[in-house]
Amino acid sequence: MSASPALDHIEAGPHGHHYTTTGLDSRKIAIWAFIGSECMLFASLISTYLIYKGRSVVGPFPHESCSPPLCAVPLRPILNIPVTSASTFVLLMSSLAMVLALAAVENRNLPKLTTGDRILGSSKLWLWATCILGATFLGFQSYEFTSFVHEGLSIRTNLFGSSFFTLTGFHGAHVTAGVIWLGTLLAIDYKRGLGPADAINVDIAALYWHFVDVVWIAIFTLVYLIR
Amino acid sequence: MATVAASPTYAGAEAGEHTGIWSWLTTVDHKRIGVLYLYTALFFFLFGGLEAVIMRAQLMKPNGTVVSAEMFNQLFTMHGTTMVFLAIMPLSAAFFNFLIPLQIGARDVAFPRLNAFSYWVYLFGGLFITLPIFFAAAPDGGWFGYAPLTTRQFSQGVNIDFWVLGLQILGISSLAAAFNFITTIVNLRAPGMNLMRMPMFTWMSFVVQFLIVLAFPVITIALFFLQFDRFFGTNFYEIGAGGDPLLWQHLFWIFGHPEVYILILPAFGLVSEVLPTNSKKPLFGYPVMVYSGILIGFLGFGVWAHHMFSVGMGPIADTVFGLTTLLIGIPTGVKIFNWIFTMWGGSIRFTTAMKFAIALVAMFTIGGISGVSHASPPADLQQTDTYYIVAHFHYVLFGGSIMGIFAGIYHYFPKMFGRMMSEKLGSWHFWLNFIAMNLTFFPMHFSGLLGMPRRIYTYDAGQGWDTFNKMSSYGAYLLVISTAIFVWNFFRSKSRGPVATDNPWDAATLEWSIPSPPPEYNFAEIPLVESRYPLWDLTHPERTSEIPHTHEGWSDQEKAADAKPVHIEKERRTAKELGIPMPLPTIKPLFVAAGIIIMLSGLIFLHLQNKTVAFSLIAVGAATIIGFLYAWVTSPLEEGH
Repeated sequence: MSASPALDHIEAGPHGHHYTTTGLDSRKIAIWAFIGSECMLFASLISTYLIYKGRSVVGPFPHESCSPPLCAVPLRPILNIPVTSASTFVLLMSSLAMVLALAAVENRNLPKLTTGDRILGSSKLWLWATCILGATFLGFQSYEFTSFVHEGLSIRTNLFGSSFFTLTGFHGAHVTAGVIWLGTLLAIDYKRGLGPADAINVDIAALYWHFVDVVWIAIFTLVYLIR
Repeated sequence: MATVAASPTYAGAEAGEHTGIWSWLTTVDHKRIGVLYLYTALFFFLFGGLEAVIMRAQLMKPNGTVVSAEMFNQLFTMHGTTMVFLAIMPLSAAFFNFLIPLQIGARDVAFPRLNAFSYWVYLFGGLFITLPIFFAAAPDGGWFGYAPLTTRQFSQGVNIDFWVLGLQILGISSLAAAFNFITTIVNLRAPGMNLMRMPMFTWMSFVVQFLIVLAFPVITIALFFLQFDRFFGTNFYEIGAGGDPLLWQHLFWIFGHPEVYILILPAFGLVSEVLPTNSKKPLFGYPVMVYSGILIGFLGFGVWAHHMFSVGMGPIADTVFGLTTLLIGIPTGVKIFNWIFTMWGGSIRFTTAMKFAIALVAMFTIGGISGVSHASPPADLQQTDTYYIVAHFHYVLFGGSIMGIFAGIYHYFPKMFGRMMSEKLGSWHFWLNFIAMNLTFFPMHFSGLLGMPRRIYTYDAGQGWDTFNKMSSYGAYLLVISTAIFVWNFFRSKSRGPVATDNPWDAATLEWSIPSPPPEYNFAEIPLVESRYPLWDLTHPERTSEIPHTHEGWSDQEKAADAKPVHIEKERRTAKELGIPMPLPTIKPLFVAAGIIIMLSGLIFLHLQNKTVAFSLIAVGAATIIGFLYAWVTSPLEEGH
């Protein structure tokens, strides 16, 4: 696909692509506009969570214990910081894998002399790594959600449940979409290989993936770490 | 004399160009998509107007019996929702689509298929939210749908579900279009078209796309919260669970206030095209017009709680938002002055478009004056929820947005359809419209200050409101007549108006340098732009002598881009002859849009407790989306890619 078919019939530009005003592929600009809208989406979700912090009438609560009558049975604070720290680390590592995947795609045609070069240069390896790490994060999330429900916190229990599950649920849905997107790129890599001409597509997926990771940093900090 | 000559019908009757309904269903051409938006939006404008006329019939006399209270609630809700989301925004979108690529010297938008998708989602979403009124199940919670009134507890029926889901659908359309236009304006400008050379309509539209990108996600979340409360029993708007009774209002108005700037800025842009052309003078203070537009957009995010002065936010919040609301009047006032100074000393030509443009300057000023009076919280305590507010926003939305859009339609009709509209009928339309609009809405200032509340379906006699209501209702009926004249003029001119030349108004910007209507490829040769008024440089250089021009210093990229200096193209050829690859028509965007509607209709049936139908629709919808989306992203945009 050309960078900007709408200005076709004009040649030039440093990459031999069709002319664009900025010299960038149009899809790159579009993904940034999309990320802008997603920032406002998550800002609204996070703001609502923060507004409702401490205002739940009944438990369970995120950082405080809870005893009857606010809960059916006495409960510890329901958020598990150590476990969630682990899943946060997993997601952060997935962003590293994504960077390496993009580099591997861009540099596919460079000679790979050492074993280290071959490992770093395998786009399939790093796309798999990103997908698996992303899926692991989702596994942690599912575990957390189901254990919360077992402990008496559902999306309808109180303000904390509603705002927490909606916020982290939206985030998890975005991670899921990202994993599917990366899986598609992986499938294309197996089918015909991904090379420098595909770098733009991998780059866009990477931008989305890093954005989803940054949103998680914000959520982890504001929901889990700050009391 | 006007001949009924065969003018180029819209992109038809040319060798190699497509005709027939399939060509419209599969089009990805921004000009055709603009025309589709125009027709659909005009239809919804008439429908919304009908809803208003019925309300005015009900309110003409005290204790009216034309409609029931419940139907009246549905009418004012749908009138507002229709006019905001299905009429004014898409009328602006018609111009975004048709005009932006032409004004920046491009051949289409950045993502033509996504563009078609936006239109089909709008059409299907508009039908989704409108058809329920025929079953007396239309949304009835006001166009702003305040929770907790719209939660399941207080609105059991399916009406609000149609509203919530309908707005989510329409939001998808607007957001997709915004990503498209931002990319188009940033990336597809012709060589030499730097930002400060762009026509004002494109500039104002650029600001609007950013407002959409930043404001729509907020209402998306507000609507998700309401949906989740209604369907899944969450507690966002649940007072008993500790929910904040103001959460909805804050989220809605953080969207809602930028939304009104989304509604007015395109009309401002159109006026900034019409006034200079018909004054034979460049726009006064172009840079300031650009900066004030940007400032209006930016400040528009800082005033939302002026819609909430009566809820008890406290003196600090009230004061802050009162101040920011006063501030935003400044860049707006600057525009009014710049338009006046544009006309001052010019040679005025009173085309119908010019009349509407001048009327906007006057009517928006009136609406702006009442707007400034709302900025004071104590004053607003008297005004809020009365007809005084209704007067204000109809002056800025009808006297502002609609009149600006009429100016745009009369001005750009020749370019779109290759024929001229009748100036005589246009004059009748204008004067009747102007008188009727003022007759309808000016009395509302008085009935409002005399205490007539909004959204009441009837009132008792003898409160001092009777005469004003009667005048408003007569005004509304007169509006029907004036609009009928417009519709008659529109369709008659389309088939029998005098054939239009490429530049009937002797205007200055790039869209007037190509035939009317433009050939499918827009520009045979992409122009190399040197100034803000490229055509006046060629035809009236004395008008633009004081404006900065560049005669050297293009970047290497621009020099190598093989564009030709701005020139008038009178010949119609085909893209094939010229070797210009055109995007392939495709039905896939339409089907992805249809899939979305089908899927969300399934959710309505969930509410109606019909699980079989619900899950079938959701499954069919999802399958349609996935299937056609996969086909879309894996097929090339043009042949040979």
